[in-house]
Amino acid sequence: MEKSENRFICGLRDGIPIGLGYVSVSFTFGIMAVMGGLPVWAALLISMTNLTSAGQFAGLNLMLAGGSYFEVAATQLVINMRYALMSVSVSQKLRDGVGVLNRMGIAYGITDEIFAVATTKLCSVGPRYMYGLISVPYIGWSLGTLLGAVSGMILPESVRSAMGIAIYGMFIAIVVPPSRESRTVFAVVISAMLLSSAFYWVPVVNHVSSGFAIIICTFLCAGAAAFFAPLPKEEGEACTNG
Amino acid sequence: MDNARILIYIIVMAVVTYLIRMLPLTLIKKKIKNRYILSFLYYMPYAVLGAMTFPAILFSTSSVISAAVGMAAAVILAYMKKSLITVAVASCLAVYVAEAIMQVIY
Repeated sequence: MEKSENRFICGLRDGIPIGLGYVSVSFTFGIMAVMGGLPVWAALLISMTNLTSAGQFAGLNLMLAGGSYFEVAATQLVINMRYALMSVSVSQKLRDGVGVLNRMGIAYGITDEIFAVATTKLCSVGPRYMYGLISVPYIGWSLGTLLGAVSGMILPESVRSAMGIAIYGMFIAIVVPPSRESRTVFAVVISAMLLSSAFYWVPVVNHVSSGFAIIICTFLCAGAAAFFAPLPKEEGEACTNG
Repeated sequence: MDNARILIYIIVMAVVTYLIRMLPLTLIKKKIKNRYILSFLYYMPYAVLGAMTFPAILFSTSSVISAAVGMAAAVILAYMKKSLITVAVASCLAVYVAEAIMQVIY
């Protein structure tokens, strides 16, 4: 039998740091939504139904600017298309025999961080682990939004500014340790950073939307790594609780 | 903005975002055997996170300088293999301290 991780409690534990990180980011979202003129319930409902950082911030801007529904849909599609890639990746990480309903449930919680934690596990994962992993971030994201929407303006600007970096700190904490172990992973991270910088600063290409830029960087950098340094045949047999 | 319009906006956003996540996960049920695709999927999170982090991290606080300080703190602590939450909180603290110092200097 293949080894797999399917303990709800382990998922919960792995989700705690993500949830804490989410509180600070969604807190900022809550503040911005209410400052822009949305009622508190709307800010909360967006977070509870979307569970995505970049997409929500972009959607909020469009809403406040009175954009068309089509524009909102298209923007979400572009910015969030990376989740389709992540969803493909998670489909390969799920253990055998996970049914459609569970897949539909797990899909609701595919975010950058949840995907990253699930797919960097060394063994396959089951639905109970995934639900555990999703729970704390989901609560953190919703709660942070609510707190930000209700009380955000009480906090001084200096604190709000400092909290803005939290999510990136988490990203760095995910990519740096494996970059120490593998030169290829290190090369992937650095090249993706350089390429996305080009999409930000180089004229002409900086007109590409940030969502598409991330997709292009992903394809080029992970694609090059897969081509030049494919994994050995046998991978992912052992199971760790890292 | 009236509530009905807000609600439609939210539904549009939620449905599009959910479908993007749900379709691949439900439609792809077989294990992919191709070594290159598997390798691509293995490297993917690092490419995504790298691209999402930089240069966006530089504009995540009220000044590029404080953001750079926060980023340096995060990289150092992550290199020491500290936990996700330790790294995240420490980078926030570094930004806070850096901005406080900048206030004094200017």
